Amino acid sequence: MEKFTKHTGVGVPLRQSNVDTDQIIPAVYLKRITRTGFEDALFSAWRKDPSFILNQEPYNAGSVLVAGPDFGTGSSREHAVWALKDYGFKAVLSSRFADIFRGNSGKQGLLAAQVAQDDIELIWKELENAPGTQVTVDLESKTVVCGNIVAPFDIDDYTRWRLLEGLDDIGLTLQHEADITAYEETRPAFKPKTLPARVS
Amino acid sequence: MAKTLAEKVWDAHVVRKGDGDGANAQPDLLYIDLHLVHEVTSPQAFEGLRLAGRKLRRPDLTIATEDHNTPTLDIDKPIADLTSRTQIQTLRNNCAEFGVRLHSLGDAEQGIVHVVGPQLGLTQPGMTVVCGDSHTSTHGAFGALAMGIGTSEVEHVMATQTLSLKPFKTMAINVEGTLRPGVTAKDIILAVIAKIGTGGGQGYVLEYRGSAIRALSMEARMTICNMSIEAGARAGMVAPDQTTYEYMKGRPHAPEGADWDAAVEYWNTLRTDDDATFDVQVDLDANTLEPFVTWGTNPGQGVSLSEAVPNPSDFGDENAKAAAERALQYMGLEAGTPMKEIRVDTVFLGSCTNSRIEDLRAAADIIRGREKDPKVRMLVVPGSARVRLEAEAEGLDRVFKDFGAEWRFAGCSMCLGMNPDQLEPGERCASTSNRNFEGRQGKGGRTHLVSPVVAAATAVRGTLSSPSDLEPAPEPVVEPVETPSASHAA
Repeated sequence: MEKFTKHTGVGVPLRQSNVDTDQIIPAVYLKRITRTGFEDALFSAWRKDPSFILNQEPYNAGSVLVAGPDFGTGSSREHAVWALKDYGFKAVLSSRFADIFRGNSGKQGLLAAQVAQDDIELIWKELENAPGTQVTVDLESKTVVCGNIVAPFDIDDYTRWRLLEGLDDIGLTLQHEADITAYEETRPAFKPKTLPARVS
Repeated sequence: MAKTLAEKVWDAHVVRKGDGDGANAQPDLLYIDLHLVHEVTSPQAFEGLRLAGRKLRRPDLTIATEDHNTPTLDIDKPIADLTSRTQIQTLRNNCAEFGVRLHSLGDAEQGIVHVVGPQLGLTQPGMTVVCGDSHTSTHGAFGALAMGIGTSEVEHVMATQTLSLKPFKTMAINVEGTLRPGVTAKDIILAVIAKIGTGGGQGYVLEYRGSAIRALSMEARMTICNMSIEAGARAGMVAPDQTTYEYMKGRPHAPEGADWDAAVEYWNTLRTDDDATFDVQVDLDANTLEPFVTWGTNPGQGVSLSEAVPNPSDFGDENAKAAAERALQYMGLEAGTPMKEIRVDTVFLGSCTNSRIEDLRAAADIIRGREKDPKVRMLVVPGSARVRLEAEAEGLDRVFKDFGAEWRFAGCSMCLGMNPDQLEPGERCASTSNRNFEGRQGKGGRTHLVSPVVAAATAVRGTLSSPSDLEPAPEPVVEPVETPSASHAA
């Protein structure tokens, strides 16, 4: 995973709550078996509407999405994160993220920064009044800067550290393989196994 | 120290305690007892293993099935949609390469992954269960800690059989009282979500408790736990009890003999201690609950079926007001319209929420002897091939077909429309599934989430209806049996 320390890019105000993962990427795009190439799928239903924010310049070149509360609810599809990244987004700001989406973002180097709703409202106004305003998201200091607005954001310490270092989760866990093997030796015999298969 | 059910299951699976607080503190590493796999969220994970030269650590704790993409008609023919066919074929190739047990289309154990696990007895109390699917919370009905994960985590579990998990908070959902006739588990969970909101459970594991929950069957408990994710929760759980054990006993992978006794002894410890505390308590009165239905485009936007479409101005919060306005526009509804006056085009009975044999029986009981509204199309999609066979053995398929419904093969189907079962733009559907998001069941489709009995009553009347709205069904015509004993009895 690439390291993430600080990013500056055009902010995109998405004045909407409950942006579920079916909106971020409709199910029809989940039939692909690749991990990249989802830029066309991002918000594909909404992008058919010419007034949608990503159809307007300069927002279409945005890389920091500023959304309403409960972003990324619904399906666990990591494709939602891949689509945001493939489009060019590096960070999403919201006052509340769905747990699975937030987890998926952390694994893929997309920064999900939790910002107080009052600050989100201020940033929205700034981005709407001055389209093309750049937003800086600094993971070291956990702050967002947009025009004159400076707002703190929350992210859990472990995800922050992994993003800053660009660390691969599986590699980290496999350092503890001896612990895993030791645990396996203590599992009760009655726990089920899928193999050999038994059927009705 | 006194613990909740969720904390007990968590503690029993800690492979390595986290480092506590600090800048790079690692969270607890938990062992995963069962990994369920399907075609949509696994191909990139298998590919990741291959690229890194890693093995699948525990094929014997992994099981796969085909569900999201599979057609529900002509399952003996090659899948017409080429990308769907490729994705299914990729799962078959990956399972063969990595030694994973797979139940393919046409196999009696194929079906929706969250129907298949419990049906085979693989889901058991006190386990940790994960799947690259948010509705993995279903398995919490057994007192398992069951969570949906993304593809990166799927790969992590494949490689290590563990997950690093952030600690959660605990929320008790206390449902006391007795449900009235026609009110079901689906109405309980829709009411819970409307009460706490789609983000209300965020960061929590929910434990459903109280007399109304204890009185529910296992399949009804699965319906409730299934939609925990719709309240934003990590997981939902019900403590195991005699109902759980009776459901499990004799299932193919349930423990046997001495193992069964040892398991039950352990399972009996899996309840929240009397002096344990929850971070949050939420109460719901089962006695006054009515059938529940959604009017908007997220599962928290619901009301009792006897109420009307709300007015956006009723919402104090600006974001909720804007969301309601947008939802009404998308749904083509006007504030103040009684829910029961809303006409539907399609009724969908299926999905991991409501496609088990009890759901089919409950719907069949409503429609038996009644006629379908001729303008309504009804799709019945059993959750698994096994459920379909069971329903056919009971004659339920005849009841649905005589009514004019389409009797299909098993899969996720119209819940998310990855296969050809989709709504047309503007089409309105009463659906027993779990999500009423914009376009979820097909581009431009409009979804009202309902219980199986409301779905059935709606198919009869053509408008959103509860079973109590129906005229009594005509008495079944019984041919007189001409035997001496019959005449004596008369």
